[in-house]
Amino acid sequence: MADISNTGVNFVPTEPRPAPASIRPGPMTWMKERLFNTWYNTLFTLVAIYVLATSVPSLIDWFFTSALWSDAPADACDAVTGACWAFVYEKWRFILFGTYPFEQQWRPGGAVIIFLGMVIISCFKPMWNKSLLVIWPVGLIICWILLAGGIFGLDSVPNNLWGGLPITLMLAVIGCGLAFPVSIALALGRRSKMPIIKAFCVGYIELIRGVPLITVLFMASVMFPLFMPEGITIDKLLRAQVAIIMFAAAYLAEVVRGGLQAIPKGQYEAADAMGLSYWQAMTFIILPQALKITIPPQVNTFIGMFKDTSLVLIVGIFDLMFTMRVAINDLEWRAFYIEGMVFVAILYFLFCFSMSKYSQWLEHELHRGHKR
Amino acid sequence: MATTAPASTATSSMGTSEVITMANVNKWYGDFHVLKDINLSVKSGERIVVCGPSGSGKSTLIRCLNRLEEHQEGDIAVDGIELTDNIKNIDAVRAEVGMVFQHFNLFPHLSVLDNCTLAPIWVKKTAKAEAEALGMKYLERVRIGEQALKYPGQLSGGQQQRVAIARALCMTPKIMLFDEPTSALDPEMVKEVLDTMVDLAKEGMTMLCVTHEMGFAKAVADRVIFMDQGEIVEQNEPNAFFDNPQNERTKEFLNQIL
Repeated sequence: MADISNTGVNFVPTEPRPAPASIRPGPMTWMKERLFNTWYNTLFTLVAIYVLATSVPSLIDWFFTSALWSDAPADACDAVTGACWAFVYEKWRFILFGTYPFEQQWRPGGAVIIFLGMVIISCFKPMWNKSLLVIWPVGLIICWILLAGGIFGLDSVPNNLWGGLPITLMLAVIGCGLAFPVSIALALGRRSKMPIIKAFCVGYIELIRGVPLITVLFMASVMFPLFMPEGITIDKLLRAQVAIIMFAAAYLAEVVRGGLQAIPKGQYEAADAMGLSYWQAMTFIILPQALKITIPPQVNTFIGMFKDTSLVLIVGIFDLMFTMRVAINDLEWRAFYIEGMVFVAILYFLFCFSMSKYSQWLEHELHRGHKR
Repeated sequence: MATTAPASTATSSMGTSEVITMANVNKWYGDFHVLKDINLSVKSGERIVVCGPSGSGKSTLIRCLNRLEEHQEGDIAVDGIELTDNIKNIDAVRAEVGMVFQHFNLFPHLSVLDNCTLAPIWVKKTAKAEAEALGMKYLERVRIGEQALKYPGQLSGGQQQRVAIARALCMTPKIMLFDEPTSALDPEMVKEVLDTMVDLAKEGMTMLCVTHEMGFAKAVADRVIFMDQGEIVEQNEPNAFFDNPQNERTKEFLNQIL
């Protein structure tokens, strides 16, 4: 090295460092480093192992090993120590479709399949065009015909007999779907410079958000008819649906407003400077960005609303949660409410978890083009 | 051109086709008097550089010209259109005035080409194909045509700012406003943006440019305006401005930045 200064060269590249011997540590090293590296980590690890070792086997035992997995009368269940899934065998149709006439239950079943089919195809990007504006009204009419009947030789089934899964799904999906545009209008209105519009939106959001959903449902179902002229009635289900839309819209509006506020001022200024009108700026510049960044809290609200639809039972609409409770009121099966709860919980979980996963995919998908 | 120092008007000899006139313009932010009795007129094809210490009101001045900021007193007319609360007038002015921002303000969710075609399509109602041809023309003029389908986030700062210039040009404005267009750029990217602006100046665009790039001012400006504390303190053609500043505040400022 010493003679380098004589040559006038003062830069010598260093030898490349050798590659690390192994990037992946072995399982023993991994456990040592992650689970037993300090005394408190060791303690937590041991406690966790103890809790899992005592709980998981008995859960599996209850759920699978000692459970009765076949169609059997209720007294057969006394013999088993685990879950009695015979209850679900016996009652699943009542839980899913409530008091809908038994031999006609293919109709709500078909409606659920069509409805879920529409939801699923609406999830894919290539479908995001005008065809959805045709598919949804047509699909909803078909669902309605299937459920209500009265034409095409289908027996008429009044909607106080409807119940279970179709009710939960439709109240939640239509509720959130229609609440979404309303919430955008409310959020924009709350940021408006026009005092009356702003006051209305602030008042609406704060009022609806400030009372429980039960109150809104109760108002829609009990108080609202009192104000209607005599002889005019609006269907109970429709009133509950409107109440859910109103309620969800107030929550979503604040989510959307948060997104609007997160968009840098420069975006608004650039749109203004280019001469875009307010609506053009909102439609093409601000809302696409604001709605995208608020996907996680939006889905949070959707999931919450999906589960909150179970409150419609207080106005006498029989959702999935309520049909399950009625099912366990059967004296013979009274002892098996845990099985019923687990069954309904699994159904709820499937829907909510799908929403969560879809939102993650959607975020990724919408972000793909312009990631740095 | 008037060469005396004290600002006031000094614009009477500037020619007939004045595209911007500001007369006794005052603006306050709350109690803060940000623009004080601004009188300025700009004729067609003139290139003006506005400089001054930060907080002197230079950005506010040019932002008043397309109503991103409202002035409270005085009159501003752009291309013969009086800027008032009248939305029609504001829209008409904005259609004639392009603006380039310090932080580019490109739309991150739209491709470079879509950034350029949005306003022509929706404001000027240009057909999509025509707007795209226009967009490509200006993107190529700022030498970035090959990036047209990328998103802004995939470009360097200098490239983004050139896209922003192309986007403004797509509205075929009569006047271009530049609000510190190179201040947010890494040093090695300043030149590419300045070169683009020099090209534009050579084509005869009317330009008002807030910048600290004194080399640019010397190369292309017809007039340099120095602002301090909300006033136009001094304005002159660049050689006289830099070699022979009159006002003490101008001298102090030039000493600090040159």
